[in-house]
Amino acid sequence: MIKKELFFRGFKSILKPDSPAIALGCCFIAIGALLKNIGFNIQESIFSTMLIYALPGSLVMAESILVGASLLSIFIAVWFVNARLYPMAVSLFPLMMDESQPKWKFYLSCHFIAVSAWLIMKSNYETIEKKDRVDFWIGIGSATWSVAVIATILGFYLSDYLNKDMLMGLAILNPIYFTCMLVGAMKTIQVSLSVILGGILGPLFYFFSPEWSILLGGLIAGSISYLIGEKNVN
Amino acid sequence: MSINILLSIIVTSLATYISRFLGVLSSVRIKETSKIFHWFNCLAYATLAALIARTVIFPVGALSDASYLSRILVVMLSLGIFFVTKKNFVYPTVFSAVAMSLINNYF
Repeated sequence: MIKKELFFRGFKSILKPDSPAIALGCCFIAIGALLKNIGFNIQESIFSTMLIYALPGSLVMAESILVGASLLSIFIAVWFVNARLYPMAVSLFPLMMDESQPKWKFYLSCHFIAVSAWLIMKSNYETIEKKDRVDFWIGIGSATWSVAVIATILGFYLSDYLNKDMLMGLAILNPIYFTCMLVGAMKTIQVSLSVILGGILGPLFYFFSPEWSILLGGLIAGSISYLIGEKNVN
Repeated sequence: MSINILLSIIVTSLATYISRFLGVLSSVRIKETSKIFHWFNCLAYATLAALIARTVIFPVGALSDASYLSRILVVMLSLGIFFVTKKNFVYPTVFSAVAMSLINNYF
């Protein structure tokens, strides 16, 4: 089963000074308030964060419901905006996969893949033995997931007291935190170039295709950075 | 629960879980020392940067009501604070929320 010591070590990582708890909490407070405003009840709001647990996906769902989009178009729009989770999974799970661990741990814990938990794991995995990493990951994921659910509940009940300016403040907090995290992770040529080029190409491609901008921008920026990095090493 | 909202939640969560699940399926055959792993690492960082840059420049939700100039200003100042405070994460994030609310309240 799960090693308690490793699980709690992961869980406690949200209490560290560089923890994403504040940023994550604030943006899910905004989501809780948004869901209430578009007509969700408290159970539906909690369910949606528990099951989706991906901020851009929730935003797309909320917008789609508002304009009365069909279920199929919601599915496609969310799949597009959350497709980034695929490269995130592929660049994380090989670090944890160990023969001694049962497969169900990987298939269940992949639900925790989100920017916050992913960045914490990326900056800490080297300190954990490979066979124990998945337990540590489940700890991090459970903690960030709990913060998101609790914040959604808070946001739902606080929504009457949050004015437009306050919601704007909450909404900018998340991208700022992740910008700092990404800039902090720029330690190799490949990662640095990926972050800089991705930041430029993503918005640039928005002019040609809003739906494809993140995926295309990420694919092209990441591939160029990989090739330049490889050439430099060789 | 209204059936439409419930179905929307289920459809959204399935559309989200697919990418996570396929990522784990693919990971089974990828070694952390392989070239393809390094390529995916670059793709992940670049995609995240693209997403975050897009969130600031072409926002949806509450941020879309803030002016373009105010968003860029807050990002630049917060990054400045991040470097001045020797890469502390708390100061720039707290600053950004307060600055954004104040700028939009007064200007």
